[in-house]
Amino acid sequence: MSSNTLTAAEASGPQKPAAGFEGDRQDNTLGGAVRGYLDKLRGGDLGALPAVLGIITLGILFTVLRPGTFLTPLNLANLAVQATPIIVLAMGLVFVLLLGEIDLSAGVVSGVCSAVLAQVLVQSGFGWPVAVLAAIVTGAVIGMFTGSLVGMVGIPSFVVTLALFLGWQGVTLRLIGQGGTVPVREPVIRALANENLPLAVGWALAVLVAVGYAAIELWRWRAKRARDLAHQPLVLVVLRVVLMAVVVLGVTAILSEDRALSAAVDLAGIPYAIPLVILLLLVVTFVLSRTSFGRHMYAVGGNAEAARRAGINVTRIRVMAFVISSSLAAISGILATSRLSSVTPDAGAGNTLLYAVGAAVIGGTSLFGGRGRARDALLGGLVIAIIANGLGLLGVAAYLNFVITGGVLLLAASVDALARRRAATAR
Amino acid sequence: MSAPERDHGTTAVGRPTLELRGVDKSFGAVQVLHDVHLTVYPGKVTALVGDNGAGKSTLIKGIAGIHPFDSGEVEFEGERVTLHSPRDAAKLGIEVVYQDLALADNLDVVQNMFLGRERKRGVLLDEQSMEVAARETLAKLSVRTLKSVRQLVSSLSGGQRQTVAIAKAVLWESKLVILDEPTAALGVAQTRQVLDLVRRLADAGHAVVFITHNMVDVFEVADRVAALYLGRVAADVPIDQVDRTQVIELITSGRSGDLGLSAEDLED
Ligand SMILES: Nc1ncnc2c1ncn2[C@@H]1O[C@H](COP(=O)(O)OP(=O)(O)O)[C@@H](O)[C@H]1O
Ligand SMILES: [Mg+2]
Repeated sequence: MSSNTLTAAEASGPQKPAAGFEGDRQDNTLGGAVRGYLDKLRGGDLGALPAVLGIITLGILFTVLRPGTFLTPLNLANLAVQATPIIVLAMGLVFVLLLGEIDLSAGVVSGVCSAVLAQVLVQSGFGWPVAVLAAIVTGAVIGMFTGSLVGMVGIPSFVVTLALFLGWQGVTLRLIGQGGTVPVREPVIRALANENLPLAVGWALAVLVAVGYAAIELWRWRAKRARDLAHQPLVLVVLRVVLMAVVVLGVTAILSEDRALSAAVDLAGIPYAIPLVILLLLVVTFVLSRTSFGRHMYAVGGNAEAARRAGINVTRIRVMAFVISSSLAAISGILATSRLSSVTPDAGAGNTLLYAVGAAVIGGTSLFGGRGRARDALLGGLVIAIIANGLGLLGVAAYLNFVITGGVLLLAASVDALARRRAATAR
Repeated sequence: MSAPERDHGTTAVGRPTLELRGVDKSFGAVQVLHDVHLTVYPGKVTALVGDNGAGKSTLIKGIAGIHPFDSGEVEFEGERVTLHSPRDAAKLGIEVVYQDLALADNLDVVQNMFLGRERKRGVLLDEQSMEVAARETLAKLSVRTLKSVRQLVSSLSGGQRQTVAIAKAVLWESKLVILDEPTAALGVAQTRQVLDLVRRLADAGHAVVFITHNMVDVFEVADRVAALYLGRVAADVPIDQVDRTQVIELITSGRSGDLGLSAEDLED
């Protein structure tokens, strides 16, 4: 930031009185958009690039290493279902990470909520709606507790959630019992990860998503252009719309193929868990980018003091981040329970948290706060699931699996830290 | 500039926008402000000067409701008011541009200008109307250095950030705009722009308080000077009643000729 840049801008700047934003118009061309994107990359904001590259390279790698196994409808469906609890947990963590905080207990909170779900179903004999509600309320209350300790008492979130990481494991152990496993055979819960949408419904949903996305994007583009506001060039909008349609319809096509191993049975369709994740993705994206609550979330993460001076209730935002994170952890726990059809005392422990944090960070959410989106959880969660799935297919020894996954998180965190340094020096 | 000739504050027309009487402020055992009196007029730039640690920032944080005063009276447009939170101040039409700017780097210019007061349609943010209003405000201030109002603040230069912070204050139909050392970190060209902007603010009818260390800036834009010395007001006078040497004396020793603090005030 030197006076040179400014004087240069002045010299070349528009001299028309009271019309100051010729730049907006430049940005509306394709060249301007490309330049803007390159500037962003150079400034250290890599966005979705690492995750997308990761999905492509890892996909190619495992396809080559395990031809005929990795890239089959059966494995891809497995992979997608495997990814859902990671994605949902990561989506919750995005809220916490946005504030520059961490929740080390998110994984085991999902475990506690799973245990509550199982106990309500099995011991109390209630139906799934009560059990699901109980699990999510448990998550919300836990989040309120964590958030209050961080936001009101002022204990660093790292310490609070490290303590709770141990504490909640004890609670799960108490609920499930040492060495015990509570099987969950409730049909609706089980169906989430183990049953598929009817083919016609799957296609209808896919078309709805593709067309809906196109309609919203094009409508917004038109409205902005009509009012002469900053907008992307139409080519780019169309490209995004087409890309979205190709991905959504492509995935639907793959999942609609019969993937049964024996010819006697039919196994095809989108697993129920996937539309659930898409729905959560839409809701979280909407909250973060279209509501003032979401805007305040970013503001607190970017500059808490500025947010406070702007009259934002910073404490409330902090508490809410943990409430949302833990509630989504509960949903993640429900998905995990569905996939395993049971709850064990170590539910949500082990590498659950590492996977979710890794997913968010690989997807582009910053550990330093202020940057993150719902889609980061989706893209990063897919990268993590591909790694877990691929290493499983390769039959890699357990120790190597740990080392590799830990390494991937470190790599993502390094990219994040370096990007931040770049952004700081770029100014 | 088409503005009327400056009258240098000698004919202090109309009632004051803000009047402080006998304001005190302590942080724990340390008393930072002692019996402060200050009067600020609409359409006038009041330069608030004083050495480092004199209490300038503390004074404006009191007016902004961030660190409320311990005692004393505050009148705003003739009415007794209390300033206990930033919201109180904002409601009255007091906007502060802080020394540390208080912008969120990860948000763009429009988002920063509307932070905490977003326009909504139902639950949805009304991005388009906010963008239009932000552009209008910047255009009104003849700001021409921003490439786009959708730029992230992290990509702006120091002068541009200052401009955004000032424009943010103006957006809110504010009656009193307080600027804490807006030119401290700026180069020559950028300082020039900010000073022009400060002048335009006053000419548009805002009361402006402008904290600075720079005598050139003071005599360039101010209509009145208020000098703080160790937490006391040494002088609060029209600019044409003092010269540069006197202002410097007021800053460094609390008095100059027959202006300034009395001997017993200077004792403790
Ligand atoms: N929050 C605070 N707590 C304790 N002391 C403070 C605080 N803020 C300012 N001070 C003290 O008050 C005095 C005046 O500070 P300040 O108002 O920042 O001065 P200026 O802006 O004129 O340089 C200084 O001695 C400073 O150390
Ligand atoms: Mg100061």
